[in-house]
Amino acid sequence: MASAKTDPHASGTARIGLYSSLLPLGLLIGLFYCWPAVAAGKVISVSYPWMPSLDLYLSFRLDGLSLLFGLIICGAGVLVTLYSAGYMAGHPQTGRYFFFLHSFMLSMLGIVTADNLLLLFVCWEGTTVFSYLLIGFDHESGKARDNARQALLVTGAGGLALLIGILLLKLAGGSYTISHWMDGGGTIRAHSLYPFILITVLLGAFTKSAQFPFHFWLPNAMSAPTPISAFLHAATMVKAGIYLLMRFHPLLGGTTAWMCTLVIVGGLTAVWSALQAFGPLDLKRVLAFTTTMALGMMTMFLGGQSAPVLTAAATFLLVHALYKAALFLAVGIIDHETGTRQLDRLGGLGRGMPLTALAVAAAACSMAGFPLFFGFIGKEIMYAGALAEDMFPQFATVAAVLANALMTAVAAVVLLGPFAGRRPSALPAVHDPSWTMWLGPVILGMLGIVFGVNPEWVSAYIIQPAVWAFHPAREEVLLTLFHGFNMPLLLSAVTLSLGALFYGVRRPLGRMITSIAERLPLSAGGSYDTGLYWFLKGAKGITRRLQNGSLHSYMTIILLVLVAAVAWPWMQRGVLTHPWPNLGDHFAAIGVVLVIGAATLVVLAAKNRLMAIGGLGAVGTGVALIFLMFGAPDIALTQLLIETLTLIIVSLVLLRLPPLEAAKKRRAYRRVMDGALALGAGWVMASLLMGVLQHPLDRSLTAFFEGHSYLAAHGRNIVNVILVDFRALDTFGEITVVVLAAWAGVALIRKTKEPS
Amino acid sequence: MEGVLALLVGLVFAAAIYLMLSGVLVRFVFGFALASNAVNLLIFTAGRLAHDRPPLISVGQEVLSEPAANALPQALILTAIVIGFAMLTFLLVLLYRTYAETGTLNADDPRLMDEMQEDDTRGTHPPERGAA
Repeated sequence: MASAKTDPHASGTARIGLYSSLLPLGLLIGLFYCWPAVAAGKVISVSYPWMPSLDLYLSFRLDGLSLLFGLIICGAGVLVTLYSAGYMAGHPQTGRYFFFLHSFMLSMLGIVTADNLLLLFVCWEGTTVFSYLLIGFDHESGKARDNARQALLVTGAGGLALLIGILLLKLAGGSYTISHWMDGGGTIRAHSLYPFILITVLLGAFTKSAQFPFHFWLPNAMSAPTPISAFLHAATMVKAGIYLLMRFHPLLGGTTAWMCTLVIVGGLTAVWSALQAFGPLDLKRVLAFTTTMALGMMTMFLGGQSAPVLTAAATFLLVHALYKAALFLAVGIIDHETGTRQLDRLGGLGRGMPLTALAVAAAACSMAGFPLFFGFIGKEIMYAGALAEDMFPQFATVAAVLANALMTAVAAVVLLGPFAGRRPSALPAVHDPSWTMWLGPVILGMLGIVFGVNPEWVSAYIIQPAVWAFHPAREEVLLTLFHGFNMPLLLSAVTLSLGALFYGVRRPLGRMITSIAERLPLSAGGSYDTGLYWFLKGAKGITRRLQNGSLHSYMTIILLVLVAAVAWPWMQRGVLTHPWPNLGDHFAAIGVVLVIGAATLVVLAAKNRLMAIGGLGAVGTGVALIFLMFGAPDIALTQLLIETLTLIIVSLVLLRLPPLEAAKKRRAYRRVMDGALALGAGWVMASLLMGVLQHPLDRSLTAFFEGHSYLAAHGRNIVNVILVDFRALDTFGEITVVVLAAWAGVALIRKTKEPS
Repeated sequence: MEGVLALLVGLVFAAAIYLMLSGVLVRFVFGFALASNAVNLLIFTAGRLAHDRPPLISVGQEVLSEPAANALPQALILTAIVIGFAMLTFLLVLLYRTYAETGTLNADDPRLMDEMQEDDTRGTHPPERGAA
């Protein structure tokens, strides 16, 4: 990495990064421009029809919630793009990188501004696909590919569940237009489809936001380049599930099922992930676990109904985006400068990289929730929210205190581990990176302080508009620096002391958690591996069974389906009858039919080639005679000609093939089975024709040709005129088939053995 | 008369299928030829056999005035006959080449069956304990 400066790509990368940061910057400026109006309660919307017949509109809408997410997405977008300019310097595929990054960002913006549910789903899938490409960006590493596929399968499956939920919602009388939901939830919640809608939508949100039991993909997704982890897996994509929960809150929320599921799943995810954060030595994995913890907390708070709970969710969203993105970017800097992110190999970096250390210190203090930092405000409101939960407030409070205490300890690990103490001798001297790289963590860290001392401003301009967008009751939201000596403050004190305790026992705790996780009888990640393994094995087994290369089994399957599909409806209609013909009128024709039947049996029973060829000739000639008798001399002529040619060619080829006598006979049971199948197929064809004959003939097309053949095409032979004039293109296609067959045939005949 | 032909179509078709299922590729070709004839007869019969007068416009007239056989199925069958012939010829040549290359015309012979690609599950791990 140190040699990047001499790389000829490096300056190019920096330029791409700088120029392309103009895209998120422009969007951010646009959001700033709309900000005052939206904060005052105005909603900005545009709509264009896309497929109105499907209720699909390109409609976008900017309200308080979209604004909060939009600011996070574009703000982080600018900083991450600048950061990437330094981080990816010298990488040969930066064009690809920035393309994926910005495509992802636009999809994400689409999710949070879409007003049409189908449009939201399209963008949702967009983020899934681009995050797959970004996690697997280092595509030459098998591990990265596996992790990318895991993320794709988990979030992709969740996306399908969400689609089902969307369709069910429509079925239940819901609207695709999100802005209509604020007052229309009652009928949906009372609908019998509600449980299914709830399950599928929650599946979509939980997979995307890595909630238990789908939490395992997020730590594995850390094989992405670090700025990607900061952008996707801290600030934006994993929040898409949270956004979904917020949007659906007025529509689906408030029921017992909603509250129980969210509070319990969220609480469990938060505590379990926070515990697991002590296990790994890789700083990125540590941060990944704390991200799942944060997502769990937000999910838990979205289980509530009242303003304090929802405010807690929205506030923590912002708090977390700020400190987590800063920490991820800082870890990237450490990795970039020292070549490692293993905790046991790092130490004493503070002196060499003061700016980075400062940013991490600010972010870690916010994460730990010290007063004057934004995290403190977030923690206070979280405790107020947990106490105000409608369902299981005790559980929520305990989970919040535990998770936050663990967070405090992890914050200390992340700050003190790499920066404090003595520098290990194996570590080279380090220095702060170029400005594009330190700018991001420093700005994010400082914002944590600015917001921390101005909570009233934040609540008035960011949090309240966001909460009101999904909280129809619109209770007032106010964050203040100091709420007085109350329960949340007490809990904060408990949290900090517990955090200090956890920090003290971090090593034994980490070892214990790791061993517990390994000993669990059923781990989510293990179930995924097993499931994928058996799924692929099963698919292979089925393919091998169906595509086994045996002509006989292919034909058997096709014929069975044919017989079943055609026979079933015919059986419903009863026996088909047709008047027996007057034998006297068609004396000759009946004779020909008998000849054809006999000749068919000859072919069937033929023991040698000559007999079979003779039988075939008799059948063909008989058919030609039938044509001749019933007013079709042209096709009779063609048939005779073709029949002669066929016989000549068949005879020629058969002379070079093994005689029939040499062929093995079918076993008896197979003869019976094949015979039954053949009779069934013959019966299907005969009864199909019988059925057709029972309906009156529609001669309108024939009448058209009879009327226009001479007048329009100047031909008296109607069949000929159809072939060469009205349907000339068909005939052209037919000629093409003949030419192609002849061509391929010549190639097959002339093929000589390759020289060895 | 159409009813009789419907039965005949069923018989010829059944015989064709039986031959095609036999596993002897030469018989498969015979079955293919029979099936072509059966299908042509089916189209012809479905267009009705009410008249034995060919669909020709007499000299001096501009439209077909007197009743005649149905021209439309005839046009379709003309195309079908030619295409069936082309396919049959190709099939025969293919058979010839197959025999020259493999020495067998038994469809169940392993030399003629496609081989499944071995082990497509590469890259996925057998169940193992790990990251939860």
